[in-house]
Amino acid sequence: MDPGPKPVDTSASPTPEAVWAALQEVKDPEIPVVSVVELGMVRAVEVTGTHVRVDITPTFAGCPAFHAICAAVSDRIRTLGASEVEVRRQLAPAWSSDDMSDAARTKLHAFGIAPPRAHGGLVLPELEAPVACPRCGSFDTDLRGAFGSALCREIYTCRSCHETFERFKPL
Amino acid sequence: MSGPHDLDPALRGALIARLTAMADDELILGHRDSEWTGHAPLLEEDIALANIAQDEIGHALLWLEVRTGLDGSDPDALAFFREAGDFRNVRLVELPRGDWAFTMLRQFLFDAFETELLERLARSSYAPLAEAAAKAAKEEIFHLRHSGLWLERLAHGTEESRRRLEAALEQLWPYLPQLWQAQAGDAALAEAGVVPEPTGLEEAARGRVLAALARVGVASPAEVAPNPGGRERHGEALVALLIDMQSVARADPGVDAW
Repeated sequence: MDPGPKPVDTSASPTPEAVWAALQEVKDPEIPVVSVVELGMVRAVEVTGTHVRVDITPTFAGCPAFHAICAAVSDRIRTLGASEVEVRRQLAPAWSSDDMSDAARTKLHAFGIAPPRAHGGLVLPELEAPVACPRCGSFDTDLRGAFGSALCREIYTCRSCHETFERFKPL
Repeated sequence: MSGPHDLDPALRGALIARLTAMADDELILGHRDSEWTGHAPLLEEDIALANIAQDEIGHALLWLEVRTGLDGSDPDALAFFREAGDFRNVRLVELPRGDWAFTMLRQFLFDAFETELLERLARSSYAPLAEAAAKAAKEEIFHLRHSGLWLERLAHGTEESRRRLEAALEQLWPYLPQLWQAQAGDAALAEAGVVPEPTGLEEAARGRVLAALARVGVASPAEVAPNPGGRERHGEALVALLIDMQSVARADPGVDAW
């Protein structure tokens, strides 16, 4: 007899570690290679019985993917057995590209997006610094537009390999 | 002041009014900018202005979320279900988008003001406001850089671009002072350190605009008396804008996703 899909056990309380691990699978829909944890968007996880609270911060205030991300976070945690999931939008401290992990930078680069370098809060000098082409590594690149296909990116062209690429903005 | 309970009722009311004014400025400007999506002169500029529009609408949400903390109001209801007479934006942002020079100059004037405003609000004694301002300030760097470059291109591009820039400046100039004009409750808010002291903000914002105009060699028009009337006064242009902006939300108010 086919027992059918295993029912989700809503009485089990997930461990915070299990929640963090599950959030590693939730990607930013606009950058499908990096997770919300690697981006540094998840600020806190609190588990009280089967109630799970996640504090999450937007990269940009008007990020249109934010609602989808919150819904994905909530859905993923429910599969761990949480009966109630509360996802809170937290603003402070404001997200910085320095909050992103080294793994995120490596994955962005492999995906063809020039990652932001750590700037320690000196955003303006970083905006003037040369940017390496993620395809050929050349620093002979020009800023084409300070805004790209998503709020977090800007457009560059490479004079060496003549490709256009995006850079994740230092913020 | 870490939260809503630290504000007395008078300050709370004044702050709700101030937040609504700031949110409406951003929301209406963001919508005006979004009208160029698909119509801007260059693909990169189309993308850039669409991004800026999204950021401004995001800033409107930041201010409205701070307001939610004070009175429990719903940001979406405020954005999509108020009538023109209930909006508190300045006239500058509701003027029809005009030509490219008009749009980019208006953006620059607003960015110059907002840069000074955010820098000060980030030190607000009301923590939720300071936090929201610090968030918006990071994004504003990109706006001012972009619109500032356009001011230079328009001024030094061709005779035509300069003529259009100067015409836009003549048109926009009388509306500029309303950006920093204080409202009834602002003095008390400033005294409590919640919002910046109005004179200092005006001097800094005006100074930033005048310095930028001087740098590109464009004479600033003669000082004019500020546009009479407060933020409750609007032109017909706002009514038309709201019909467009609110039409989808009003088509089926019960729907929460499309």
